[in-house]
Amino acid sequence: MSDWRYVFGQNRATLLAFIFFVVMFAIYASNHPAGFSANVVQTAANKGVLLALVAMAQTFVVITAGIDLSVGGVFVLTNCLASWIVIGTAPAAALGVAGVLLTGLACGALNGLIVIVGRLQPIVTTIATAAIFYGLALILRPTPGGDVYGPLADAFTGRVFAVLPASLMSLGAVVVVVWIPYARSEVGRAAYAVGSSEQAAYMSGAPVARAKFVAYVLSGLAASLGGLFLTFVTYSGEASAATGGSYTLYSIAAVVLGGVSLYGGSGSAIGAIFGALMFRTIGDLLFVFNLDPLWQPLFQGLVLLAAVSLGAARLFQVRNRLELMP
Amino acid sequence: MEGVSKRYGGVRALENASLAIGAGRIHAILGENGAGKSTLIKILSGVVRPDAGHIALDDAEVAFDSPAAAIRAGIVCIFQELSLVPDLSVADNIAISNPPLRFGLIDRQAQRRIAEAALERAGATDIHPMALIKDLPLSRRQMVEIAKALARKPRILILDEATSALTAADVAKVFVVLKRLREEGLALLYISHRMHEIAELADECTVFRNGSNVATYRAGTKSDGEVVEMMIGRELSHVFPQKPPPREETGPPLLEVTRLGWSDRLRDISFHARAGEIVGLGGLDGQGQRELLLALFGVLRGVSGEIRVAGRAVSPSSPHAAKSLGVGMALIPEDRKTEGLMLPMSVSENLSFAALERVTRGGVIDRAHEAKLVAKMIELLAIRTASPDVQAGALSGGNQQKVVIAKWLMAEPRIILLNDPTRGIDVATKQEIYQLLRRLADSGAAIVFYTTDYAELIGCCDRALVLYDGAIRRELVGDEITERALISSALNIGDGPNGEGRRP
Amino acid sequence: MTGRAASLAARIDRPVAVAFGCVIAVLLVGSLYSRSFLSPEYLLQQLKVASFLGVIATGTLIVLLLGQIDLSVPGVVAVGGMMSTAASGWGPVGQSLAIPFGVGCGIALGLVNGYGVAYLRIPSMIMTLAVNAVAQGLMVVHTGGFSPQDSSSPAMRALATGDFFAGLPNALIVWGLIGAAAVFLLNRTAFGRAVYGVGNRERAAYLSGVATQRIVLTAFALAGGLSAFGGVLLAGYASKAAQAMGDAYLLPAIASVVLGGASILGGRGSYLGTVAGVILITLLQSILSVIQMPDAGRQVIYGVVIIAMLLLYGRESRSQ
Repeated sequence: MSDWRYVFGQNRATLLAFIFFVVMFAIYASNHPAGFSANVVQTAANKGVLLALVAMAQTFVVITAGIDLSVGGVFVLTNCLASWIVIGTAPAAALGVAGVLLTGLACGALNGLIVIVGRLQPIVTTIATAAIFYGLALILRPTPGGDVYGPLADAFTGRVFAVLPASLMSLGAVVVVVWIPYARSEVGRAAYAVGSSEQAAYMSGAPVARAKFVAYVLSGLAASLGGLFLTFVTYSGEASAATGGSYTLYSIAAVVLGGVSLYGGSGSAIGAIFGALMFRTIGDLLFVFNLDPLWQPLFQGLVLLAAVSLGAARLFQVRNRLELMP
Repeated sequence: MEGVSKRYGGVRALENASLAIGAGRIHAILGENGAGKSTLIKILSGVVRPDAGHIALDDAEVAFDSPAAAIRAGIVCIFQELSLVPDLSVADNIAISNPPLRFGLIDRQAQRRIAEAALERAGATDIHPMALIKDLPLSRRQMVEIAKALARKPRILILDEATSALTAADVAKVFVVLKRLREEGLALLYISHRMHEIAELADECTVFRNGSNVATYRAGTKSDGEVVEMMIGRELSHVFPQKPPPREETGPPLLEVTRLGWSDRLRDISFHARAGEIVGLGGLDGQGQRELLLALFGVLRGVSGEIRVAGRAVSPSSPHAAKSLGVGMALIPEDRKTEGLMLPMSVSENLSFAALERVTRGGVIDRAHEAKLVAKMIELLAIRTASPDVQAGALSGGNQQKVVIAKWLMAEPRIILLNDPTRGIDVATKQEIYQLLRRLADSGAAIVFYTTDYAELIGCCDRALVLYDGAIRRELVGDEITERALISSALNIGDGPNGEGRRP
Repeated sequence: MTGRAASLAARIDRPVAVAFGCVIAVLLVGSLYSRSFLSPEYLLQQLKVASFLGVIATGTLIVLLLGQIDLSVPGVVAVGGMMSTAASGWGPVGQSLAIPFGVGCGIALGLVNGYGVAYLRIPSMIMTLAVNAVAQGLMVVHTGGFSPQDSSSPAMRALATGDFFAGLPNALIVWGLIGAAAVFLLNRTAFGRAVYGVGNRERAAYLSGVATQRIVLTAFALAGGLSAFGGVLLAGYASKAAQAMGDAYLLPAIASVVLGGASILGGRGSYLGTVAGVILITLLQSILSVIQMPDAGRQVIYGVVIIAMLLLYGRESRSQ
């Protein structure tokens, strides 16, 4: 009986994110002119999954008390790469997909190596690698263009059983295949330990360096899945600095909204996914309530501001002010 | 271990130290802080590497390059700074290295069973394996730390002041466990300051002083006085300055506290401190002494009760307010490295940090004036530093603490609160601090002084307040402050037939 | 060495020396391509362009010294530029107040940042991100979605493009004055001392009786004002403002400060280093564009240089 109390306590942030998202989406769908139709859900899902994948990437690194400002860069780079190599025949496309994912892994590995071996701070490391990845993207696609293997793209952006968006199914698959095994593995738990207290983790013999490296590599992988999916959605590759920058910053917002602590050590990618979906839904809510699209960015910003201010509520529980200062 | 040496910067932490431990025995290590005990333990458990020396296990030479390596060899250490990860559960922490795996993933069921077994072995069955460490109070955390160590099936178990945060009941339970482990063949290394614990547990004792092994003897063969002498290298009675006779004071006391309460850690505390008095706070660790000082200094929220300074009611809401002219408090904090100093900044910058108002005019720092005050402080406290521009982190522990005290003296406080100021400091500097405190009291300050060292309470304080479970158990005045009275009040048991202390 | 000389030498520490060294190295490499890279006209032009980044980076430095970060730079720069140009359109009174108005808006946004970080203890990364979103949203509403039509006041244009005496660009003089003020603030005032203290160890600063919350609030307000002032100058330079005018300045500002030796964790860094970092970044961007390196190559080189230099500076010590 008391076990459930602990399970609930540990996953409270993720549950809250889920609830908030469901409420928001319900409001959105019920007020949508086209009603709660499969089409509406599919379009929303496709947009949301893009950010959700990048948010998942961010989560891996944030849990270790780091930050990855290159997720947007990997996102854009893999998008451009995919528009070159995920084409042609089915086997060629499959090889292309493998190439794209490998690139993501390599990008993550680069970040990990510089942070761990070079002992540079994650924030500046990833600012620099973001520029490198973006530059590589520009080499691949100086101007937008390219193509993608049709059947694959349609499959992932379409519907399954005529109702469920394939994008959500595949997102779910990624969570089941990548996130859950990771969170339950020794290296995943070590990542939480590192974020919570690197010193305690080291003194307890947890694999600190390995945990950090894997976190960065998986971040690259998730971001590349996002880039691949972007190619499926847009049927092209574009090296847009604006896209890269905004996805990076929005991924941080999504992660915070999803209950992942920026200080590291707690939170879940599942929460971050709901945070991303929430973030996307905010914009759509305005459309649905016929609010002037002019006001959308401001509204989005104000909601973000309110959401992060809620985190300040924990201040009221703190009775010894020294606890606020690490 | 033989011939082990280690230096940190200019400080020789260990100089040719040696130690021999046998299986099935409890070996106690005594020594002042800074005598090298912690460094020796860190080397033995793989946290740091020695500059010189050998370690042999079962007659085979070994060297550990990480805590994991030492753990694999069967040497497990329970440190003072706990090695628990706050955001993970008890079970996760206990099995954090080498967890049971199933299909490559952590087997939670098996892990839980391991945790429950370990908790039972440590006598801590009231702790739920799924509880998060950060939600547990310090005494529970220490029990988890002990369980975690036991789960690793150690051959040598090292406890470095591991009982400091435990309640008396927990300590008794832990001792039962430790004695049972001794029967099972475990070798135990027990570092503590608490003579009565050592008397109960140890088979052998070793005394460390100035980085090397001064003496090893069988437990019970030396008196407490002899042991203390070995630890400090000189007669006990010469350490403390003379106490003045109690003087007649009229008017309100400089500091008066009435019915102070906070959370569940401080209950109904009332006492006063007059100008010229050194009032000591005693009792076992963790009975609210630290919280009391923090409450007075404005760090805690939700403090009930009344605080009066020179008769005027004040309620400091922050250290900034507590320091202000109308109140004039100073707090020498618990941990000089993280709370008292900004280590990368210079000695001079640290010294003037609490008194910036005194060296600035219109917000601009008057460098000449600052340099003069800094030089005066360095001389006054005999701070040994190559120059005032040296990084504070380069100074020895004792000198660092002097910088912290000097920093506050520059602010010319009337009420000085000290949170265990002589912990980890060499004996010579301790003496200087005792003399300084008496001089400050003589010049009109009221001093409230928390220390874990009985000798200091007896030697320095005009009055001593013994705290138990967040309330003042007993007040001892002058000659009433004896070790027996202190210990019995600390353990919340009645005093012997030698009279009673005043209960405030 | 005497105390004074020793502390001066300690001040010009390794990263700053490396940064200036790299500036010279970049110039020399550039001169291999064309001699005109070493000409006074080119150098002066670069310094003028660097001034805008320099003003913004000053604010970034102050916040970084605290151990915080200000990601609201793009939005606040845009606010500064757009509000000052908007004010210029409100008649003669508006024109004379254009610059203070723009800067004032920036200070207001900085105060919001500071309040969230200091009093609500919201991590600065996310707080400034949110304020950035709000700032940019406000500007979208203000312009009605079109690019802003207002133009800058004559004063703004003069500040940014003119040269008052001896052929020195006004913008450079402005940067110089702000820089001098920043150096004074950081090294000679109680505020500056407190900033370093809080950045080094907030706990110790708090327990020493320093009003840490006020310090953080003030620092963010200053950064907001400086970012907005950067926007004012940029608007003066281009004679008008633009929605995305600040976007290109966030990462270079952070990079300049870090390349100048400031630690991301706070408590360490000097303005001299920031100056070196700003000049280095500006030169790098300029030379790469003059030799007509495509944008792709520029980005890659930019990233590689940052990492290489940071690796050169000496990494976090092992005993963390």
